Order: sequence, then C-alpha cells, then structure tokens
Amino acid sequence: MSAVYFFRRLPLSGSLAPSAACLLLAGCGLSDAPVLNPKGPIALQETDLLFSAFWLMMIVTIPAILLTVFFAWRYRRSNERATYTPNWEGSNLVEAVMWLVPAAIIVALGTMVWDATHKLDPYKPIVSDKPAFKVQAVALDWKWLFIYPELGTASVNELSFPADRPLTIEITSDTVMNSLMIPALGGQIYAMAGMRSEINLLADAPGVFTGRNTMYSGDGFSDQHFLAHAMSESDFAAWKDKVSAAATALDAQTYIELHKKSTANPVTYYSSVETDLFDIILRKYAPIVGPYESEAAELICRGAA
Amino acid sequence: MLGRLSMDALPFYSWVAMGGAGVTVAGGILVFCVITYLRAWKVLWFDWLTSVDHKRIGIMYVVLALVMLVRGFVDALMMRAQQAVSLNNDGYLPPEHFEQIFSSHGTIMIFFVAMPFLTGLINIVVPQQIGARDVAFPFLNSVSLWSTASGAALVLISLVIGKFSKAGWTGYPPYSGIEFSPGVGVDYWIWALAISGIGSTLTGINFIVTIIKNRCPGMTFMRMPLFTWTTLCVAILMTFAFPALTVVAAQLALDRILGFHFFTNGDGGNMMMYANLLWIWGHPEVYILILPAFGIFSEVVATFSRKRLFGYTSLVYATACIAILSFTVWLHHFFTMGSSSNVNAVFGIATMIIAVPTGVKVFDWVFTMYRGRIEFHPSMVFTIGFMVTFVIGGVTGVLLALPPADYLMHNSTFLVAHFHNMLIPGALFGYFAGMNYWFPKAFGFKLDAKWGIRSFWFWLIGFYLAFMPLYVLGFMGMSRRMEHYADPTWQPYLIIAGLGALFVLCGIACIAIQLYVSVKTWGSARDVTGDAWNGRTLEWATASPPAPYNFAVLPHVREIDAFFDMKIRGVAYLPAAEYEDIVMPKNTVLGPVMGAALFVFGFAMIWQIWWLAALCLVINLVAVGVRACDDNSDLVIPAAEVERLEAVRLSQISPSDLYDMSDFAPRGAASGEILAGRT
Repeated sequence: MSAVYFFRRLPLSGSLAPSAACLLLAGCGLSDAPVLNPKGPIALQETDLLFSAFWLMMIVTIPAILLTVFFAWRYRRSNERATYTPNWEGSNLVEAVMWLVPAAIIVALGTMVWDATHKLDPYKPIVSDKPAFKVQAVALDWKWLFIYPELGTASVNELSFPADRPLTIEITSDTVMNSLMIPALGGQIYAMAGMRSEINLLADAPGVFTGRNTMYSGDGFSDQHFLAHAMSESDFAAWKDKVSAAATALDAQTYIELHKKSTANPVTYYSSVETDLFDIILRKYAPIVGPYESEAAELICRGAA
Repeated sequence: MLGRLSMDALPFYSWVAMGGAGVTVAGGILVFCVITYLRAWKVLWFDWLTSVDHKRIGIMYVVLALVMLVRGFVDALMMRAQQAVSLNNDGYLPPEHFEQIFSSHGTIMIFFVAMPFLTGLINIVVPQQIGARDVAFPFLNSVSLWSTASGAALVLISLVIGKFSKAGWTGYPPYSGIEFSPGVGVDYWIWALAISGIGSTLTGINFIVTIIKNRCPGMTFMRMPLFTWTTLCVAILMTFAFPALTVVAAQLALDRILGFHFFTNGDGGNMMMYANLLWIWGHPEVYILILPAFGIFSEVVATFSRKRLFGYTSLVYATACIAILSFTVWLHHFFTMGSSSNVNAVFGIATMIIAVPTGVKVFDWVFTMYRGRIEFHPSMVFTIGFMVTFVIGGVTGVLLALPPADYLMHNSTFLVAHFHNMLIPGALFGYFAGMNYWFPKAFGFKLDAKWGIRSFWFWLIGFYLAFMPLYVLGFMGMSRRMEHYADPTWQPYLIIAGLGALFVLCGIACIAIQLYVSVKTWGSARDVTGDAWNGRTLEWATASPPAPYNFAVLPHVREIDAFFDMKIRGVAYLPAAEYEDIVMPKNTVLGPVMGAALFVFGFAMIWQIWWLAALCLVINLVAVGVRACDDNSDLVIPAAEVERLEAVRLSQISPSDLYDMSDFAPRGAASGEILAGRT
C-alpha cells in the first residue's frame, strides 16, 4: 500500500512500524490522504521534508514530554522518599544542554530549510527531458478557469494535462485573493488580481486528483474545487479532441458572462479562447487605462469599471 | 440624519440572526434585572465602573474576558456543529451566517477574551509584584479598560443591529474592501479593533512606565518576578505592534469610506501591503497573548513545586529573545504569496530560531519541578497540561515554518489546529492558571479546587478531541473556513471535533460552577494572611484583597523571591514603626464617559452618521481637557487611617495561619516565632 511505501522512507521507522501504521491509517481513511500519498515529485519532497523535520524535533520533544510527566509523578508532594532540594536554582550543565541541543537541531533544520526552499521554489521549472505543459489559471467567483495556450482551448472547474510531463501553471485572479492547490501534486500559491504567480508541478502517472481554492473568498468558497486529471498520451489526445469539439468559444462576451458570480459551476469546455485573454485579465487591474490593444481588451477591462 | 441606519438593520430577515439578537438582548436585560434586584447600581457605579484602582480595573477586565469567552465559544460550538453535519448539504447554517460566525469567533477570542484576560491579570498583579502602590497612569488605565469594553460592545451589538464581518478575523482585502463586502460588517470589525487597539496601546505604555519607574527599593531588573518580566516585554510589544494594526485598520477604513486605493484590486492598490502590515502587528500579537501566560506558568510552577525557579536568568533572556524575534518573522504567515526563495528561507529560519528560547523555557519549568514537592493545585495542573500539550503545538509550528511544507499545509485545518494548539494551552490555560492562582489575592478567598481540576480535565480532553482531528484533516486536504464539504472521509473526524467542543462546553460549565460554589462557601476558604499558597513574590505580602494602597510601607527587596525571603527572615508580618500619609487617585466618571463616547463614535462611523461621530470626538477631546485641568484628582489617606487598617489586618493573623519556613531557612528563624514575639 502507498502508506507502507511512504512510511518506509522515514529515517527513524523500524520494520514493524510501517505495517502497524498502515493498519491504523487505513482504518481512518488516511491511506488516501493526499498529503501523505504524494503523486508527484514536488509533493513527495515537500512531504519528505515535513516528516524529516518532524522526526528531528522528536529528539527534544519526546524527552520534554516524558520528563514533564515523570517529574510531576516522581516529585508529587505525597512522595516523601523523593529528594527535595528547595533552594536549587540552576546548573550550568543542564542549562548548556537546554540551550545548545535545540540550537543544534535548529542549525540542522535551518540548513535543510535553506536548501529545500530553493530546491522547491514553486517558480522553479522542473527538470525533465520533456517540455513543460503550460496552463493559465484564473480564479473567479467561485470557480477556476483554465486556459491552455498550447491547445487554444479552455475549461472551467476541470484541469487536464499529460502525466509524466512538467506542468507550469500561471495564476492570476479576476476577483479577490485565491490560492490554487492540488495537494496530491504539491503546495499552493496565491492568485491575486493584476499579478501573475506561478507553480510548477508534475504527476508521476495518470490519475485524478482534487484541487481547490484554499483561501476563503466568500459565499461559494466551499464549492470552489475541481478535479485535476493527469492523463496518458492517448487519453489526453482524446480529451483534446473532445474540448476542441465543444460548442462554445470563450470570447470577451462569454468571459464577461463567466465572470459573474456562480457557485458549483458545472465543468465547461471552450473550443477556442480570446487572444491573450490571460494578459487582458492581468491588464484589467493595471493603473493605466486605455488605449486598449483590442476590442476584447476594452470590453473586459471596462467591464470591471 | 441616520446615515445608513434604517429598519432593515434589524435582524428580522432570518431565524439564525433573530436568535443571536434575541440571546444578546435577553442577556443584557437579565444583567440589568439582576443588578437592579441586588440594588447594586450605586455600588457598581461608584466603587467599580468609575474606579481607577488597578485591582478593580483588572477584575473588570477579567469579567469582560469571561463574558466574551462564552460568546466566542458559542460561535465555536456552532461551527463545529455545522461541520459535523454538513457533508454534501448546507447543514443548518447558510454560508452568510457561517462566515459571520467564524469571523466573530476569531475576533472575539483574540481581542476580547485573550487581550482583556491577560490585561486584567497584569493589572491585578504587576503593581503588587514590583512593590508599587499604583500604576504610573491610573486614569489612562481606566480609559484603556473602557475603550476595550466599547470595542467588545460594538461586536456584541452587531448581532442586533446590522451584521458582522464575513471576511474572517484577519479581514484580508480585497475581499474586505467595499467592492466585495459592501455592508456594515467589515466596518464593525474595523472599528471594534481600532477602538480596543487604542486601549491596548495605552495599556502597553502604562505598564512600560509602571515597571520602569514604580519599582520599590531594591527591586532591580534582575530581581523582578518572571510575570513582571513577561509583562514588561509584552508592554513593549503592545506599544510597538498595535500602531501597525491601527494604521492598517485606518487605511482599510479610508478605502471603504472615502474610496481610497490602498488595498484594492485595481487603481494602484496592493493587497500584499495589507498582509504585511497586518502581520507586523499580528505576529508580535501572538507573543503578546502567550508571554504573560509564560510568566504565570513560571510563578505557578515555582510556588507549587515548593522550590526556587530553575534558571531565572535563562528565563529572562529567553523572554527577551522571544520578544525581539517576534518582530522578525511576520512573513511566515504568507510564504505562499510568491516571495523569492531567499526571502522565504530567511523568514522560515528566523521563525525556527524562536523555538530555541521557547524550548529553553519549557526545560526551565521541567527542572523547576525536578526535586520539588509538587502540589496538584488547579493552577499547577493547568501548567503541567500546558507543558505537555504546548510542545506538540511547537513542533507543528516549526513544521509550518518550513516554507515548502507550508505550501502544503497553509490555509488548511492543520494550520487551524496549530494555532489553537498554541493559544489554548499556551495562552488560555495560563490565564486559567492565573485565575486560580491569584483569585484569593483579588477577592480574599480561594476558588474551589475540585471544580478547578474538573474544568482542567474537560478542557484538556476537549482540546485534544477537537483539534487532533483537525491536524489529520489538514493532511486529508481540508481547507479552513468551509461551510460544507463533499468528502465523506472527513466527516468522522469532524464529528470527533464536535464532541471535543462539547467537552470544552463542560469545561466552561465547570468554571461557572467553580465560581458559584466558591462564592457560596467563601467563608470557609478565606485567606487571612494574604499569602494563600506560601507564595514567593511580593504580591503575597499585601492583604487579600489588598488595601487600596497595596503596601502601607514600601518593601525593601533583597532577593528574587522577595516575599519568601521576608518570611524566612521573619519580617513579613511586622507592623511599621511609622506610617505616612498616602496619596491615591480619586475615582472619576471620565473613564466610562470616554468609553461610552468611543462606543457611540464607532457606531456612528460604522453607520456613517457623521454629525454624531464628530460630536463624540468633541466629547472625548473635552473629557481629556477636563481631566488635564483637574487639580483635585487626588485623595489623601491619612497616616492614622493607614495605621488602623494595618492593625486590623495584622490582628486577624494568628501564628497558626503562617507557613513553617524551617525547610527553607537555614539561616534564620521561622516567621511563626517572630509573630509570636510581636505581641
């Protein structure tokens, strides 16, 4: 099971622990928890870091908890046999240990974090022999619009991409602050109006994962989730054809309709997309108004005002 | 004339809103009737509401905190109930109500429970711990109390007139801007924060000056009790952090009222500035809430282990380190905003560094228990419960401080579990420990220990049941603030969390019963010596409850455990050779008047009744002017009266009431003998 696989990689777990943990976790529905069962290298490394740091900290935490409970019991007032030193107020040795051991752990953790933060920078392209698949995501109230510049199509509340090929998502918002996250593949990044953020992910194998906006954004927030489909090459080709055959095109007028608030929007496909739609949405919030480069830009940007 | 205010503001649009309003109004009427029935209006007004006595102000702060705790907890209970049932359905709360509830829960718990609770305990105790007769600015203290109370009143009245904010307790724009939140909700939030924030800033200034200037002879900095040390650090944090909140609230208000563009989506606004400013206040705020509790734990653990505090110097330096570092880590609240790796890594490492002094503190308390004689008084039990639970929260905090791990856990229920894991054991358990510890000091009799222990167990078990599932749900991908959800595997955890909330409800009920039982049987639990627990620090040298002037003669301090030292030397209960006239400030109506004017000012700003807001500002300015011109604000307690009060107090103490100090006194006689020699 995946949980077994995951626990094996923990530095301190013995041979018995994985199976015991697996039994326990499976019973609680945890065996499918996306953060514990990463489906891509980014999420895997992030989870790895989480658990390495966790075990490292246990060096201090476990003694602290055990000593608290042990001393509380051992030196209870009714235990007359225990040594009593009412005026003992310090020991250089104990104090040196209590400052230096946590400090050493933080030095170790700090080094780990410096490396990991640079290695797992969401903006950093993933090294691969295949070119990255680019998607532009726009946060709307309360749905996600995904534009596929490579395909010239778009979809709402469904993200499809080829598995085993890096995925670069450019993100912005045409409403309040949102945060795009597909936990099985990796961490999140904010979506903010007028700003472009980016996240690089990769799915090891075909699969369907849940994604959502994690940043509370109003009444429809609870339903602002979508499915991310990592597809095999043949499935992806079929999906491309399906989207290209969709009846609607995402022109400026359709986008203005789509921009209106809606909750639990059904999955929608668009066979074509207004030229530079993502840039127009970014430009909508730029401090400089007009002249507009196209009629669509004017329509969308004015729609805001 | 009435701005935006109209009949539509009344809550007749939904049953939930009417219920909330009904409970609030009924509660107000009930309090009014009880006070009238007890014929207590006169006493309440002349002895309490207009008082500038730091002990009474402290007690009123704690009462405010306890009342608001009930309100904030009802919110929590409603949220837990909603999430326990709302799998694939809307539950019983529509989103609009759920959002107001989580926004008011956070706002109330931080600003109107934790802040007044810690400020109240500081007020009651710190002047006595440093051997002072009063705070530096007693009138300012009263203004602080009343501005905090008017902030709380604004939150309460939002249930009856209009609606509260739906933007969460952090009020992130652009969602909290006028475009996305057009009603009065966010305005209620802004003005409640701004007005109570002024109170906190003033409290900070007051206690910095009090601690620096009002210490008694011999009380050097490195002899100050730990609670005084944490108060000093907290007062500095309040003074420097709260202005950031005031500024950010004012900017948001300008955006909303006058159409400015500080934080709007377009027109040059930048919501990232808000996140930065808010957390420049917000992170020190976390330590403002937690450090006083650390001070309380330090006092309690030494007293009930019957032993000197281990590593006093370490604890002082650790406190100061935490206070300074707390200003250097604010960015960890938004690692996911897209900062460069260098920025994220630096703030991540800075955050982890705070774990070192915090860990040192925990070990100092552990080694204070080592070779002690531990008495499981409720306040000690809360302390032990804190030590065990808090380190778990510390671990999850360091995990969240790793930027790549934070990308996974941010905005999830893991985060919610983490900060409750810090604030419930780390702050609230400390305040409860402080309440159980200092109650006899404030009222002259002890709280019932049995119900105290019961409240502890319900709170502790309730905490674990309510928040451990949320850690797990974070791994399962559940975001915070979800009104309903579609994943059936989440529901069992949310039901357990709901059960936890019911345990906490029992914990709160136990505290209510504890107060009731203690008041009913107060005669048998009286503290005649003023030293209920064989205390070590100076607040136990005064009577319980203390005389208005605390100390008839200012003590001379020779030791960290100043009062313990006095008991060992046998000088703790000696009458003075000579008493002096003592000058104390007179009560004044200006505090409550200014508080009321601030409340109406906030209300007028919220509903945009400009003339009324201007009028209230003028009233406040006039009140300040009146106070400044008042040359008759002092009251002299003549030496003869002081001598009489002290004689009455000492005559009530018999040698059998005193503690046997022989264990601690290799170099002097036990205090019991000295008292016998006095008569």
